Amino acid sequence: MAEPTGSASPAIADRNGRPRLHRTRHDHSVDPFLSAQRDAAQLRVALCGHWRAAHFDDIESALNSLELTGVRRATIESGAAEMDLAGAWLLREFMRRADQAGVEVGFAGADPPMLRLLSRCLAGEAPDETREVHWIAPATAVEEAVEDIGRRTVHGVRDARVALRFLGEVTLGLGRILLHPSRLRPISIARHIYDTGITAVPIVALIAFLISVILAYLGEGELRQYGATILVVDLVTIGVLRELGVLLTAIILAGRSGSAFAAEIGAMQLNEEVDALETIGVDPVEALVVPRLLGLTIALPLLTLVADLIGLAGGGVLCHVLLDMPTAQYLHRAQGAIASTTFWVGIIKAPIFAGLIAMAGCFNGMCVRESSRELGRRTTLAVVQAIFCVILADALFAVLFLRLNI
Amino acid sequence: MRTMLEAHGIVNRFGAQTVHNGLDMQVYEGEIFGIVGGTGAGKTVLLRTLLGLQRPEAGSVRFLGRDPHSLSPAELTALKASYGVTFQQGALFTSLNLKQNVQLPMLEHLRLPARALDELAVLKVCLVGLPPDAADKYPAQLSGGMVKRGALARALALDPILLFLDEPTSGLDPIGAAAFDELLLYLQKQLQLTVVMITHDLDSIFRTCNRVGVIVDGHMISDTLDGIMHNPHPWIRAYFQGERARQRRRPHGA
Repeated sequence: MAEPTGSASPAIADRNGRPRLHRTRHDHSVDPFLSAQRDAAQLRVALCGHWRAAHFDDIESALNSLELTGVRRATIESGAAEMDLAGAWLLREFMRRADQAGVEVGFAGADPPMLRLLSRCLAGEAPDETREVHWIAPATAVEEAVEDIGRRTVHGVRDARVALRFLGEVTLGLGRILLHPSRLRPISIARHIYDTGITAVPIVALIAFLISVILAYLGEGELRQYGATILVVDLVTIGVLRELGVLLTAIILAGRSGSAFAAEIGAMQLNEEVDALETIGVDPVEALVVPRLLGLTIALPLLTLVADLIGLAGGGVLCHVLLDMPTAQYLHRAQGAIASTTFWVGIIKAPIFAGLIAMAGCFNGMCVRESSRELGRRTTLAVVQAIFCVILADALFAVLFLRLNI
Repeated sequence: MRTMLEAHGIVNRFGAQTVHNGLDMQVYEGEIFGIVGGTGAGKTVLLRTLLGLQRPEAGSVRFLGRDPHSLSPAELTALKASYGVTFQQGALFTSLNLKQNVQLPMLEHLRLPARALDELAVLKVCLVGLPPDAADKYPAQLSGGMVKRGALARALALDPILLFLDEPTSGLDPIGAAAFDELLLYLQKQLQLTVVMITHDLDSIFRTCNRVGVIVDGHMISDTLDGIMHNPHPWIRAYFQGERARQRRRPHGA
């Protein structure tokens, strides 16, 4: 488009007075891009029209349709064509093909300036040997496999060392704050409690309610066979308080806040803001990681409390609806079902989970380097690692509590 | 001389602050047009308006006499293929290497065979004065000056007739900036480009620009370089007659 047809024609007209397309006896082809004239072993090609990238296919097929067999000499006249670099590249390809076919190629008049520019670029500044370097002999399948194993091992070891180092830095940062409480950043921590905690209350409450609904329905269906529907109360209360309240809250926060931590810090890395902090003399771990870690460690237990309460309330509503159980009876039964430790067994896990989520998010954010794709990959990794670590830790807790008979 | 690009009565406001208040400008074919203005005068906003990234509150922009908003989607795509843009920070896609960055517009707008795509991309990289092996590097591996040139290579990917440059020499050392100016003049001549350039660099203006448009008080005063030097407006006088400007003009004999 924006092809200045208006200006093109005068430019063409004043070069040589004759018409752009001239039909002659021996015409091989006439089309918008070239006209060819064959005289025994002589081929005259006159270029015309817009030799631009937009018409690449058409120009290429026009050039390919030129018959070169039996031609000894080809003369190209390019004055009437308006050429860009893609057009010049096509012309150069044609000239190379003609050269290989043993045809002597020359220009009538000057060669097109674009072709000159192209040749100068490709020849002068890009000699062929420099471009060959990138096609190093292709590796065989075995070599590739060995190389792959080696690379993965090296990367694995390097990542483990980086992670260990990060863990150490965070520990040191926490230690410094413990020694000098004035280095604590309460405003930043408050912001993270708000972002990760208070704004998450609606979604956590909703999911806790739905989980108690699922548990109650599932339990009611199964326990009815034994005439023990009253045990639905035990199932809901123990299930929510011990496991599901804290686990689901942690998983929600892993998806919600773990990803946010990674993306925030990662974007700062890309923007060199982290480096800027360091040069100003602010420890990035202290300024970015510790407030997030502490904020989440405060927010997650509080959210677990919300989830527990809503879960229990949801269980009460469901028992009322499903089993016609009065609320007073639900509360009485619930008190009987849960031991004094049941609630604490659940809530004690919350700060641990919070630590795992915050560390996974912040670590992956800090690892972002160089590209926006890396940012996306690290954010995904942060969530996956956080959820995996939370569930693994929960399993370990289950074994631990079993051994402790809690 | 054909008018390549024109803007009429552009009004841009941010809240109570009026940035452009009926701004007019014309860019003629084959010239290098410099846009100058104080910080916050709305140079980048003007560029975004010209490019259609931001719709002005009033006024119109025309490319070769045609309003982009009246074009069909296909015509608009074709229009976009006819101009190239470099942004202040380069805006190279960080997840792609330089060659892939240059190839992206080609893949989007053209159907080229793989070999042509490869060679043309490397060609564009060479054209902006980078070594061919820079084509395989990622933006993070390039120096600031190389990123600027790489961004120029991407802007040239579709052989545009019009080039927009947002502070192309900012952040370059004087030698690098001077080399960039020469590159721009060379390419402008070889590829018959029309260039619209936002710049703060007085050297750049004196070396490359045919005409200069100064944004003052929400309007644009545009004139030839000589004309603008003798403009009585106080800000323009301060800009072009200041000590820094006077020192720079001397070597060129202006």
